[in-house]
Amino acid sequence: MGIEPATVLASKDLVGIAGLEAGEIQLLLDTAEQLLEVARRPIKKVPTLRGMTVVNLFMEPSTRTRFSFEVAEKRLSADTLNFSSSTSSVTKGETLFDTARNLMAMAPDFIVIRHPNTGAPHRLANVVTASVINAGDGSNEHPTQALLDAFTIRRHFGSLDGLTVVIAGDIRHSRVARSNALLLSKMGAKVRFAAPASLLPVQVDELKAESYLRLEPALEGADAVMMLRIQMERQKKLNFPSMREYYDFFALTPERLRLAKEGALVMHPGPMNRGVEIDSEVADGDQSVILEQVTNGVAIRMAILYLLAGGRSESAAGS
Amino acid sequence: MTERSGEKSSLVRVLDREGIGRTLARMAAEILENDGDGIVLVGIHSRGVPLAQRLAEILEAVTGKKIPLGRIDISLYRDDVGPWRPAHSQPVLKRTELPFDLDELVVYLVDDVLYTGRTIRAALDALVDYGRPKAVRLAVLIDRGHRELPVAADVVGKVVRTSRQEDVQVRLLEFDGEDGVWAGTEVADGD
Amino acid sequence: MSRLLVRNGRVIDPVQGIDESLDILIEDGRIAKLGRNLERGADAPELDAEGLIVAPGFIDLHSHLREPGYEHKETIETGCLAAAAGGFTAVCCMANTNPVNDEPAVTRYIMEKADRAGAVKVYPIGALSKGCRGEELAEIGEMVEAGAVAISDSPNPVANSLLMRRALEYCRSFDVPMIVHPQDELLSDRGAMHEGRVSTRIGLRGMPAAAEESVVARDILLAEFTGGRLHLGHLSTAGSVAAIRAAKARGSRVTCEVSAHHFSLTDEDVAASNYDPQWKMNPPLRTDNDRQAIIEGIADGTIDAIVSDHAPHHRDEKEMDFADAPFGISALETAVSLALDRLVRPGVIDISALVRLMSATPARIVDVPGGSLAEGSPGDLTVLDPERTVTVDPASFVSKGRNTPFGGVTLQGGPAATIVGGRVVWQR
Repeated sequence: MGIEPATVLASKDLVGIAGLEAGEIQLLLDTAEQLLEVARRPIKKVPTLRGMTVVNLFMEPSTRTRFSFEVAEKRLSADTLNFSSSTSSVTKGETLFDTARNLMAMAPDFIVIRHPNTGAPHRLANVVTASVINAGDGSNEHPTQALLDAFTIRRHFGSLDGLTVVIAGDIRHSRVARSNALLLSKMGAKVRFAAPASLLPVQVDELKAESYLRLEPALEGADAVMMLRIQMERQKKLNFPSMREYYDFFALTPERLRLAKEGALVMHPGPMNRGVEIDSEVADGDQSVILEQVTNGVAIRMAILYLLAGGRSESAAGS
Repeated sequence: MTERSGEKSSLVRVLDREGIGRTLARMAAEILENDGDGIVLVGIHSRGVPLAQRLAEILEAVTGKKIPLGRIDISLYRDDVGPWRPAHSQPVLKRTELPFDLDELVVYLVDDVLYTGRTIRAALDALVDYGRPKAVRLAVLIDRGHRELPVAADVVGKVVRTSRQEDVQVRLLEFDGEDGVWAGTEVADGD
Repeated sequence: MSRLLVRNGRVIDPVQGIDESLDILIEDGRIAKLGRNLERGADAPELDAEGLIVAPGFIDLHSHLREPGYEHKETIETGCLAAAAGGFTAVCCMANTNPVNDEPAVTRYIMEKADRAGAVKVYPIGALSKGCRGEELAEIGEMVEAGAVAISDSPNPVANSLLMRRALEYCRSFDVPMIVHPQDELLSDRGAMHEGRVSTRIGLRGMPAAAEESVVARDILLAEFTGGRLHLGHLSTAGSVAAIRAAKARGSRVTCEVSAHHFSLTDEDVAASNYDPQWKMNPPLRTDNDRQAIIEGIADGTIDAIVSDHAPHHRDEKEMDFADAPFGISALETAVSLALDRLVRPGVIDISALVRLMSATPARIVDVPGGSLAEGSPGDLTVLDPERTVTVDPASFVSKGRNTPFGGVTLQGGPAATIVGGRVVWQR
């Protein structure tokens, strides 16, 4: 599967993997590859986005994603403004459009939005001139996470084409699983979802993934295994009975990991529940690339900001 | 920059393959004369990279010493990209590699054409983010004039007098399948 | 004596089997005479219906007029004017106001407001349970005596099966139908659209068809068991249509309705909207298979009535993301055109069947006068122009609610005039 990288991103926004072509994904990953180097310099900062303003609008709690974006923005010399749900007026009954109009009055160049509900970044993108970057919307998409995951896998295997990636956990409510499945399949990888059916969406094939009701058969022949965080408080004990039972049947343990290909990557978007979906021995083991994911996340977010900061493709003129 | 062999006739060739070879040899000699062999060469993407490579080969042949070679992409330092800038999309990033400690070294930046000086400004900004060289010098194959910043080359292969409307095309085997430099007015632009 | 002569229209009355070009004379608010070349008498007004269809007034069984309590969305007056502009001569309004219409004082308040608006007839629907909370029975008898024509907690489902049974039983003493919003709320799991292929693709929480169908099945069984009058509100799935068809085949008296948007749109339209809450309604837009089943149910008579399910909202309330925005669309001014364009024009049903679905049968279901042009019937007429091209323009809606997924859509056929009690209350 030879994917020719694009030279520009077609949209002003990055709201989902669903709207990206394979060539654009390739461009994003290639760009991140070059930007990794910035973190290794004595001065980890470039002037690329000097004078540009990024609003980080986090209407749902997040530590890692917000920090990762902030580091990326600062390394590119952008000015950052942070709104989080506890300090914003959104909770006081302001409509999404009001929020958008207020933000635009501050003339930001980028709005990074994390929102508890599906589609909010898409709605926002339609009404603002700034570039909107989706940092996670409801149970829909988390495109920057999927890009950093794919980037991490590609750095180990050189290409995503032909790989088999297992994603296990609460797939039904996971934007990470959805974005990853969409991205990996566009890049020629095979995606397997592993979870009890109570944690799977209906019509899984719509996401170009195969579903497995037990973890063991899914692991056979896998090149990478991505474990998702299980949030017990979201489950109300209706989707599975207990943490213990979940661990017993669906956690990634050293024994289960041996079913995957030798040297298969162990991944987790974080934060981990050690002893629930992943055994500490696996999380901290040789095959774990969990901390690389964090490092790579900054490069991916820099790549997105860098590419969106240019003129639009239709107005792009030669130099 | 596109392949326009069909239109090349409207441009005048100012250097052929041998000419480039001779020019680079003379540039290498000047570099040696200026700073000896305690230098590193850093090519500026795109065509500065193979030119630095060729200069290093000449220098190594003459001195018998390994000349450290780097490459630098100035895309993150450009002053002409962004939504409020004259409609440019972001350049595709290329690899920056400076596999040595810059401090206390004499760094030769190598590029194909010196024109407005803006690329060199960006390259200087980039370099100082990596370290504090003892000196930074500039070697270019062609100086075509029309500076917009106070920048001058230390080593110049050939000065080509042009008007702003004219074009200078450096074509190198590594990218273009042939070696040569052409200058003149491009045809069929209408203005 | 007040008079109105409606001349030369193609008069359709499925109850009397009339479909011919006739004049209609209305005297003192009632149909006085049908015939050719009727004399209107001195200085009586006349409406020329040449080229138009004249039908007994359309009755909307399912509207939310929002007053009292939510006047920012709609008032009884604006709702009545919107109904008139949409070709309806009467609307039945749901009880989920604030305060809820769960006692006779609210019922009377609504009727007085409607009288003052002076456009179309308003038939209040009383709440089934106090506060529509699904816990204890509301004062059904008192409300019926005050003028309520049916009982319903819609859009709230009746989760408690025992309450459902008792309500069906209790309503028998007052001979009013119970209109239900069939939905298992727990099973719907805070869904915002239909659960299926499309919800999986676009990442919105879904509510499965089974959440509707299981309650449809329960309520049909309870209606058969208790002998109560059950009317199933705005059905949306193929399974619901099949359940009704089977119930009717075994002689069940249950009736049902569908809203115009459910035979017009599908969940693919939600996907195409890019998360625009104008496409958010409950029941949700379903699959094309469901839409086809509804159309078949309309064609074969399984479906008894077509309703608007008018649910106006303030602009601000739809300027939200999909999940936070409320369900519902402003539908009084589009339902008739949708029925003409999507059902009559392609030949799914003829115009006489449409009149049955929007006038004759609704009148029978809630047992109100109208639905026919027999002498002595109310002088309520819906005049339609089947050739008129309607481009939906929310900005020109009479309703306060401009929330519609049909903005910019062009439809063939629409109302031309609305006559209530012999008075032209709206004319194009």
